[in-house]
Amino acid sequence: MRACEEVQGTFALTIEGRGFDSRVSAGMHENFLESECVSCGACVQACPITTLTEKSVIEIGQPEHSVVTTCAYCGVGCSFKAEMRGEELVRMVPWKDGQANRGHSCVKGRFAYGYSTHKERILNPMIREKISDPWREVSWEEALAHTAAEFRRLQYQYGRDAVGGITSSRCTNEETYLVQKLVRAGFGNNNVDTCARVCHSPTGYGLGATFGTSAGTQNFDSVEHTDVVIIIGANPTDGHPVFASRLKKRLRQGAKLIVVDPRRIDMVSSPHIKASHHLPLRPGTNVAVVTSLAHVIVTEGLYDEKFIRERCDWSEFEDWAAFVAEPHHSPEEVEKLSGVPAEEIRGAARLFATGGNGSIYYGLGVTEHSQGSTTVMAIANLAMATGNIGRPGVGVNPLRGQNNVQGSCDMGSFPHELPGYRHVSDDATRDIFEKLWGVTISNEPGLRIPNMLDAAVDGSFKGIYIQGEDILQSDPDTKHVSAGLAAMECVVVQDLFLNETANYAHVFLPGSTFLEKDGTFTNAERRINRVRKVMTPRNGYADWEVTQNLAKAMGLDWNYTHPSQIMDEIAATTPSFAMVSYDYLEKMGSVQWPCNEKAPLGSPIMHVNGFVRGKGKFIRTEYVATDEKTGPRFPLLLTTGRILSQYNVGAQTRRTDNVVWHEEDRLEIHPNDAEMRGVHDGSWVKLMSRSGDTTLRALITERVAPGVVYTTFHHPTTQANVITTDFSDWATNCPEYKVTAVQVSPSNGPSQWQVDYDEQARQSRRITGKMEAAE
Amino acid sequence: MNLHVSSRDIGERTLDIVSGMKSLEGPLLPILHEIQAEFGYVPQECLPIIARELNLSRAEVHGVVTFYHDYRDHPTGRHVLKLCRAEACQSMGGDQLAERVKSLLGIDFHQTTLDGAVTLEPVYCLGLCSAAPAAMLDGEVHGRLDADAVKDLVAEVRA
Repeated sequence: MRACEEVQGTFALTIEGRGFDSRVSAGMHENFLESECVSCGACVQACPITTLTEKSVIEIGQPEHSVVTTCAYCGVGCSFKAEMRGEELVRMVPWKDGQANRGHSCVKGRFAYGYSTHKERILNPMIREKISDPWREVSWEEALAHTAAEFRRLQYQYGRDAVGGITSSRCTNEETYLVQKLVRAGFGNNNVDTCARVCHSPTGYGLGATFGTSAGTQNFDSVEHTDVVIIIGANPTDGHPVFASRLKKRLRQGAKLIVVDPRRIDMVSSPHIKASHHLPLRPGTNVAVVTSLAHVIVTEGLYDEKFIRERCDWSEFEDWAAFVAEPHHSPEEVEKLSGVPAEEIRGAARLFATGGNGSIYYGLGVTEHSQGSTTVMAIANLAMATGNIGRPGVGVNPLRGQNNVQGSCDMGSFPHELPGYRHVSDDATRDIFEKLWGVTISNEPGLRIPNMLDAAVDGSFKGIYIQGEDILQSDPDTKHVSAGLAAMECVVVQDLFLNETANYAHVFLPGSTFLEKDGTFTNAERRINRVRKVMTPRNGYADWEVTQNLAKAMGLDWNYTHPSQIMDEIAATTPSFAMVSYDYLEKMGSVQWPCNEKAPLGSPIMHVNGFVRGKGKFIRTEYVATDEKTGPRFPLLLTTGRILSQYNVGAQTRRTDNVVWHEEDRLEIHPNDAEMRGVHDGSWVKLMSRSGDTTLRALITERVAPGVVYTTFHHPTTQANVITTDFSDWATNCPEYKVTAVQVSPSNGPSQWQVDYDEQARQSRRITGKMEAAE
Repeated sequence: MNLHVSSRDIGERTLDIVSGMKSLEGPLLPILHEIQAEFGYVPQECLPIIARELNLSRAEVHGVVTFYHDYRDHPTGRHVLKLCRAEACQSMGGDQLAERVKSLLGIDFHQTTLDGAVTLEPVYCLGLCSAAPAAMLDGEVHGRLDADAVKDLVAEVRA
């Protein structure tokens, strides 16, 4: 019970009755699934007499050895002890010395690892001539030789720039580094991008421009010193549960909370947690609201002049202050377009500016907008104006979606950046890599994912190597993605399962799970954590070996025998990783970059004595409404998110017992909107936008405001991204998932494309000589 | 005391009670008392509402409600007769008295007579040791009970 209250902060357990009749009860004498319990496992962990034990220990037996590794779900990057019995994983136990999670865990990391042995996992390479053919299982040699030959042919036929690669935020730093190296050294172009494009690229851009580094400023421990927290566009109790528990603990100690989110998320009000201010803004008005907070701080003189004079450029501040003080940024004006009561904005601004250590945590609700980068800058401005940078308890902290999204950005996965966020046009940086790799690197940025797809439709982009990302399900405007993929001649997918993208693939290379390889993940606090191999890869090779073998097949001379050698190469070429090595990580447990001569112990908090870029830069943040507007045909705004027990496109969690909590995606709709349209709770509705339509079942709730609907994107049969448009962030092309104008109407079954899609998916998953993969 | 309240009513009335009392210091017990006074028992469907309004978890409210025997989870008869079962009353013939009451009413402890007239409950203790054996009828205490006095009490509730 105390574990539930003090560690997790859910208060799901109680003692019912008294004396000899007292029993531990979940919720109001409910079963665990219906109770408030979130299955974090903290009580099982704390039980001193093993009365509470994982069922797997009973099924498999006591573990006989264990390895400390890092969870491969969200950006918190929890350390776990993988307890093994031979080659079999018995249980995952949160590691007490884990510097990110401090011994806590959530339902995904602790229990949802069953996908690694799921029957649908593909273990043999496969190829096919056309995507309408069934798959043919082949040897690794044949698959790689075929891929190499195809890529070379396409480059010969259509030019060097006709192929590219996509790195994965799910794979290790070393694997990501190799993929970008393969593209830059092997393909000879800069056509490499990563799924961070669709989530946190605006963070990189916005924080890079204002502070000088493309990363969060704090470690997670910092939350223990904060006094006022603003959460913008993030839902930590579902998306980053372990961080949420640590935040809740601080809130119970008296810290204040401000939530900026269209939905009434759990952080707004849950047992012993109550937000002081909830600003339920209309989707798409982030910039206006954040700038309005700044308006109040500037016009009421609540800014930290000493900090700004010391750390920032005063004249830039004056320019920015004059800008935000303009009357159209006042809360009263902003109320008209955002729907947030002016008094709430004023109250929140005053609280943040005067409440002590102020920290800002934000998620994809900030970045996945046409003004994502602008919002990030507005947030950075706010932190600088209130002097909340450079010490524990403050800062600007992106909550990263994937386990290694930070790492994949660090490793040069963007078409314009080499490892360490150095632009490809920088001669000195290119020189380092050119000498080491013995090739010439183009000084022109390559294609971004949406550009690759555009080019494919135009016929100039023909082949792609996709490691561990399901772009068809996760990227916006599904129909455009599928058209792009269908136009290519060689799509290579490296993944654990035949994912949705693989429906359009010509080569499938089986991937390995995080349990089957060595490497490092970098979490949202820039912490480089070791991933350790606990079992031999069931598919034969770890992902880095697959990439290396592909490079060899293309004639490159790569001879890494262990990922530590890749890390040594990264350290040698990238200043912020200079001191990082596997030996060093072994000694330290983990370090937070930058880790070099200046900061040998790593850097838990950045910008301590001044900004990385020198002076902090204030940037004007003019609100420009998105082109995606509601009108008579599409009067509602759709926004998307995810829930606790499932993870992103669900390729992994859908293949574990976690589906008991979430069997399907539902559309959350306010009772008023539902009544107007004759929609009942649980009935099928058709969701339409300018891009397309889909059907799913409705869930009537007051968590969403009238005029706003919300859904998750965990299940491929729903494909919420058929609905989303191809509008994107002005600076980084990060797609605008979070705002789509839609209409909702009652429906009696799946829409036509869902039927077609199902059929096509079934067709394209056929493997010669095997029964149809049943999904 | 109306025994047939719809659950919609319960929700609204609970909300009224909670809103009126949640500014008290330590509001949970007074709220539960008020709820029991209103409905005659603490309906299960009140608990999530109280939890939400007081910013507690359902489990916490459930724990408190089940700790105190005084909070009932089902409706009672029109009258509630509580017999003190603690040491002093036992030493003054409380056991025999209890048996007598049970046979007069034709029910055991925690039961309600078929006509819905009375519910019989044990209690530890009424603090009336000097006037043992003691009982409480609808909040009013009665001391130095003997066979006749008990008969009168039963006749009163049966009326």
